[in-house]
Amino acid sequence: MSMANAAPRLSRRLGEGVFLAACWVATGIALVALTTILWSLLTKGVGGLDLNVFTKSTPAPGSEGGLLNAILGSLMMCTLAMIGASLVGFLAGTWLSEFARDSHYGKVVRFLNDVLLSAPSILVGLFVYEILVAPLKGFSGFAGAVALGLIAAPVITRTTEDVLRLQPTALREASVALGAPVWHTIFAVIWKSARSGMLTGALLAFARISGETAPLLFTALNNQFLSLNMTKPMANLPVVIANFALTAYDDWRRLAWTAALLITATVLVVTMLARTFLRGSARS
Amino acid sequence: MTATADAPMAAAAAPPRTARGTTLDRAFEILCFSAATLLLTALAGLVVSLVIGGWPALSKFGFGFFISAEWDPVNEVYGAAGAVAGTVISAALALLFALPLAFGIAIFLVELCPPILRRTIGTAVELLAGIPSIVYGMWGLFVFAPWFAQHIQIPLMASAPPGSLMEKLVAGIPNGAGIFTASVILAIMILPFIAATLRELLNTIPATVRESAYGLGSTTFEVITKVSLPYIRTGAIGAVMLGLGRALGETMAVTFVIGNAHGFPTSLFAPGSTIASTIANEFTEATHELHIAALISLGLVLFVLTFAVLALARMLIGRQQTL
Repeated sequence: MSMANAAPRLSRRLGEGVFLAACWVATGIALVALTTILWSLLTKGVGGLDLNVFTKSTPAPGSEGGLLNAILGSLMMCTLAMIGASLVGFLAGTWLSEFARDSHYGKVVRFLNDVLLSAPSILVGLFVYEILVAPLKGFSGFAGAVALGLIAAPVITRTTEDVLRLQPTALREASVALGAPVWHTIFAVIWKSARSGMLTGALLAFARISGETAPLLFTALNNQFLSLNMTKPMANLPVVIANFALTAYDDWRRLAWTAALLITATVLVVTMLARTFLRGSARS
Repeated sequence: MTATADAPMAAAAAPPRTARGTTLDRAFEILCFSAATLLLTALAGLVVSLVIGGWPALSKFGFGFFISAEWDPVNEVYGAAGAVAGTVISAALALLFALPLAFGIAIFLVELCPPILRRTIGTAVELLAGIPSIVYGMWGLFVFAPWFAQHIQIPLMASAPPGSLMEKLVAGIPNGAGIFTASVILAIMILPFIAATLRELLNTIPATVRESAYGLGSTTFEVITKVSLPYIRTGAIGAVMLGLGRALGETMAVTFVIGNAHGFPTSLFAPGSTIASTIANEFTEATHELHIAALISLGLVLFVLTFAVLALARMLIGRQQTL
């Protein structure tokens, strides 16, 4: 082995070492970021987590209170949004996969659905303000639910189309060969076979909208009191966080951290659940 | 996506059947078609409503709306340039920070990670993507900004030689809130998203291609730079553009940490504003019709920006998939 080879070999090995170290460091930075964020949430949020949080409504500064109105409001709006979005998303995804796979209109819808999927959520809020809040002259929980639904529907459409496309043609042919009409084939065979994938899409959509703040700012607004009336402004966790975090009152800030902890925990648990479903469906 | 020979339902079901079956089939197809059309209508409605809502401001200020940085609700003068500059600068900086990290993470997960840890670390990075924007905002404002001001901003300002370019770049109130902090938070937010897409792309490279390169005696660095990256090039650019699109439209996290000042940002650490943060801050408080219209016009500008980035990204990713 001559000395002439040693120098380039050394620089190659050095370059390799630096490169590998950089990859380790990059991953380390991401993990540190995740850990410090979760740590901040735990240290600042757990302290305020008591029974009051679930039994009392948001307080005036200085008095005792909880997040009951915000939790209920968020649950109601998310539920309503998910019902609407699942209905539209499952059907639209089915249409894209089963009826319009290569048609021009199908391609247009697919592309525009992707646009809607990645459109900034604050624009969805502006849109719903323009069509529901301004004409009806009032912020409402219903408008908030529509905004959230508009964000969830493209997610569900996309995942539904993707999982339906993975279903084997033999399955469709077998069902049709037995004399089943198309609607029944899709309903009882294709959807059933793609069930866990479709559920995963819905769960991911739910995880996404449960933390969305921007589209609720000018649709549901907020409500200091407990209100189950969907036609009136409605309290919700994200907007309560936004309002309370930026105040100078310590007890409001503490509640904001507790609310942030609740939302993050919900989102992370639902995301993990969706992943488990996905893994289960991939195995079967 | 596996584009196998799976034919769609319409093609699979040609034989004639009972009248009841066909009527229901038709009804079901129309139902599905309506759902798809509803999505298309929603997007069209979004664009139309932004144009109509923003029209009073657009017609009053004309083209000047896009080049003026003056934003003065008291005197009813509005220009988008400051917010557009803030949006583009913060998103570009975020991309600059996130890119090397995202590549590092994707390469780590595909090439270096011990198999036992792969799933755990992969999940952890994905969890980072799941954390809501507003939580990033709170963390950025109450945890990151004070730390950043104390340990980076103040030392930098103290060490900058008077009169130098560096002094101009780091000038500002050392409270940690500004364009730079917003970019860092944005970078953490888009990082997992870009990393996940890159990881998927790297996984599409046939094992034989990489193994041949290793077999020739290449180091990991050489395999990545000379074989893997060229292989996924277009898709990777698409993934990066998707990340950029996200950073452009991100609202709550930015609103919390950017400092919210109108006009062009004067330095890296100066407070600024983005389109999304301006809308979030002012929309509920806007009482004049022109103010509301100006904010909606800003929204239209944001839509055009993100749409352009997104369309380009989809084009590139689509091309990669057909390769």
